[in-house]
Amino acid sequence: MESCLKIKVGAVLLPGDVFTFIKTDTISLTDTLKDEKIICGPGLRRNGDDVVVCKSGVLRHKNPNLYWVDSQQRRYVPVKGESVIGIVTTKSGDVFKVDVGGSEQASLSYLAFEGATKRNRPNVQVGDLVYAQFLIANKDMEPELVCIDSSGRANGLGVFGAGGLLFKVSLGLVRRLLTPQNEILKDLEKLYPCELVLGMNGRLWVRAATVQKTLIVANLLESSENMTAQQRRTLFKRVADGNL
Amino acid sequence: MRDTPLSNCERDFLLKAIEEKKRLDGRQTYDYRNIKITFGTDYGCCFVDLGKTRVMAQVSCELVTPKESRPNEGIMFFNLELSPMASPAFELGRSSELLVKLNRQLERCLRNSKCIDTESLCVVSGEKVWQIRVDVHMLNHDGNLMDATSIAAIAALSHFKRPDVGIQGDEVTVYSAQERDPIALSIYHMPICVSFSFFQQGTYLLVDPCEREERVMDGLLMIAMNKHREICSIQSSGGIMLLKEQVLRCSTIASVKVSEITDLIAKALENDKKARKEGRKCGFAESMPQERITALKNLETTVEMTDLTKQASDIVEGVETPAEMALSPVVPAPGVGQVGAGLQNAWGLEDEEDDEDEEEEEEEDGDEPEVTIVAEKRGNKKKGERPVVIISDSEEEEVVILNPESS
Repeated sequence: MESCLKIKVGAVLLPGDVFTFIKTDTISLTDTLKDEKIICGPGLRRNGDDVVVCKSGVLRHKNPNLYWVDSQQRRYVPVKGESVIGIVTTKSGDVFKVDVGGSEQASLSYLAFEGATKRNRPNVQVGDLVYAQFLIANKDMEPELVCIDSSGRANGLGVFGAGGLLFKVSLGLVRRLLTPQNEILKDLEKLYPCELVLGMNGRLWVRAATVQKTLIVANLLESSENMTAQQRRTLFKRVADGNL
Repeated sequence: MRDTPLSNCERDFLLKAIEEKKRLDGRQTYDYRNIKITFGTDYGCCFVDLGKTRVMAQVSCELVTPKESRPNEGIMFFNLELSPMASPAFELGRSSELLVKLNRQLERCLRNSKCIDTESLCVVSGEKVWQIRVDVHMLNHDGNLMDATSIAAIAALSHFKRPDVGIQGDEVTVYSAQERDPIALSIYHMPICVSFSFFQQGTYLLVDPCEREERVMDGLLMIAMNKHREICSIQSSGGIMLLKEQVLRCSTIASVKVSEITDLIAKALENDKKARKEGRKCGFAESMPQERITALKNLETTVEMTDLTKQASDIVEGVETPAEMALSPVVPAPGVGQVGAGLQNAWGLEDEEDDEDEEEEEEEDGDEPEVTIVAEKRGNKKKGERPVVIISDSEEEEVVILNPESS
C-alpha cells in the first residue's frame, strides 16, 4: 500500500479514491513480510483495510510514513489544540462568546486569561479580537477556548488588534504560512516590517507602519494563494521596486 | 447561519483608511469595480458581475387581464430574491428590511420612471395585456447590491424579446419563436442606480461600497439616473444629513458613471446580437472561460490544468494598484525623512519607506477636484506611467462573451 501511495504523491486526488492493501502482491522468498504502518493525515481516512480519500486536493508526504491531502478549504472546523483568531460577540456572566468561523460560537471563560481572578477581570470588550487555543473541540460539545497555556502563562495568546486589518484567506494558505522557514514570509520580511497574527481558522491580522503598507501586505497575502513561487517573487519584487 | 460580526479593529481600520482616502482594494473614491455583463441563451437572461457581487436577472412574459384603472397598459412585475447563497446573513423565506428596500427601489427606478412603453404591451384593450415579470436573484453579496440589480434588470429588459401576437377580429394568436421572430420591448431610456456611501456624518464619500465598507457606513444615497441626465429617483437612507452641494455633486458624479455604464450595456447587447447573428454559441456556459482557473476555483500547484498565466497576471495587476498609489512624479531625495513617520525600520533597508509617506501626502491633495472627470484623468495619468493595464481602474472595460478557445 505504501508503494501505491508513494506513486501518487503530488497528484490530485478526489474524494472516493481508495488505496487498498494488496496482501499478496509479490511474495519474496528472501524478505520477511514487513508490517507497514502509515499515518493518515487530514483528508485521508481508514476504512477497514482501505485508506479512502475524503477531500479533494494534492497528496503530500512526509518521511517516514505520514501522508495527507492538501486542500484549499475556507470553512473552518474547530480542532483541539489549534490557535485561532476569534471575535468576541457577547459577554454573558462568566463567559465570553467568541465567533471563530465555525458552525457554533465558542465559549471563553474570563478566568482563562493570564493573571485573571474573580476580582480581577480581564479587559475584553465586545468586538475585540482574541488569539486563543481550543481546549475542547469535538462535534458533540460546544467548543471552548482558552487564552492561557497549561502552565498558566499567556504565551502570546490574549486580546490584541488595535490598528491592524483583519482579513480572511483559505485554510491551506495559513498552513503554508505556518510552516517553519516558508518562502512567502521570507519574501514578506524583505519588504516591510509588519506584525502578523495567523489564525488557523483562516483569519489573518496585519499591522504595518502606515495604512497604505498594511493594505499592501494584506493584498499580497490574499493573492499569494493562487500563485506559483515564481509569480509571487515577481510580484513582490515589483511592489518593492514600486516604492522607489 | 449567522454572519461574521464586524470586529472593532476592522471598523477602526476601515474608517482610518477612508479618512486617508484609501480603499481596501486600491480603488479611488469615485471608482467602480470591474463590471462584467453576460447574457444567457434565452432572451432576457442576464448576469452582472460587479467585482465579486454577482446578480442574475431573468425576464419573462405572460398574457393577463389588465388592471381596471388602466385597461390598455401592460403590467410590470418585479421580484427580488436574496438567497442564502449570496451571504450567510440572508435567510430563505424571511422578508428582511434589505429585501423590501431593494424591491421598492427597483420598482421606483424602473416602473415609475416609465422606461418601458407599457402601452405597446397591450394586445386587446381591457382583456389581454402582456405582463412582464423581472426576477432578480442575488448570487453573491459583496456590497452594492442595488447598483448590480438595476444594471442586471435593465440589461435583461433590453435583451428580452416577447412573442409576436396576431389579432384577427376576435381571435388572438400568439406565435411561437419558430413561427415568427419575437419582438423586443420598446425601451425609452435606461435608468441606472448609483450608490454613494457616506462616512463620519457625511464628511467622506465613497462610490460603489464593497461589503465591509457598507458595514461601517453611516448612510447611503442612491441616485437613479439615465444617460440624458434625468434623475429617475433619489433615496437617502441611514439618517445622515447632507448638504445641498453634496447632493448636487453626487448627481454630477452619477451622471458620468451612468453614461459609462450605459455604454457598457449597449456594447454588451451589441456583442450578443452579433454573436447570435453569426450563429455562434452564446449563453452563460460559453461565457465562462474553459480549462482555465478563475478566481472562484482554487489553484493547485502541481495540477495538470494550466493556462494560469493570464489569470495570474490579472491578479498581479489587480494587486499592483495599492503599490501604484505610492508612485508620484516627485523623485525622492536620498536621506529625506518625514516627521512622525513612525517606526525605525530595523531591517537594514534604506529610507524608501519614509519617502513613500511623503509621496502619498502629495497625491492625496490631488484627489479632491470638483468634477469627477478630472479625478479620473489624473488617475489615468498616474497609472499611465506603467505599461500595464490595471483591472480595478474605472475604465470598466469588460468582455461580454468569452469565446471558447479554439480547441
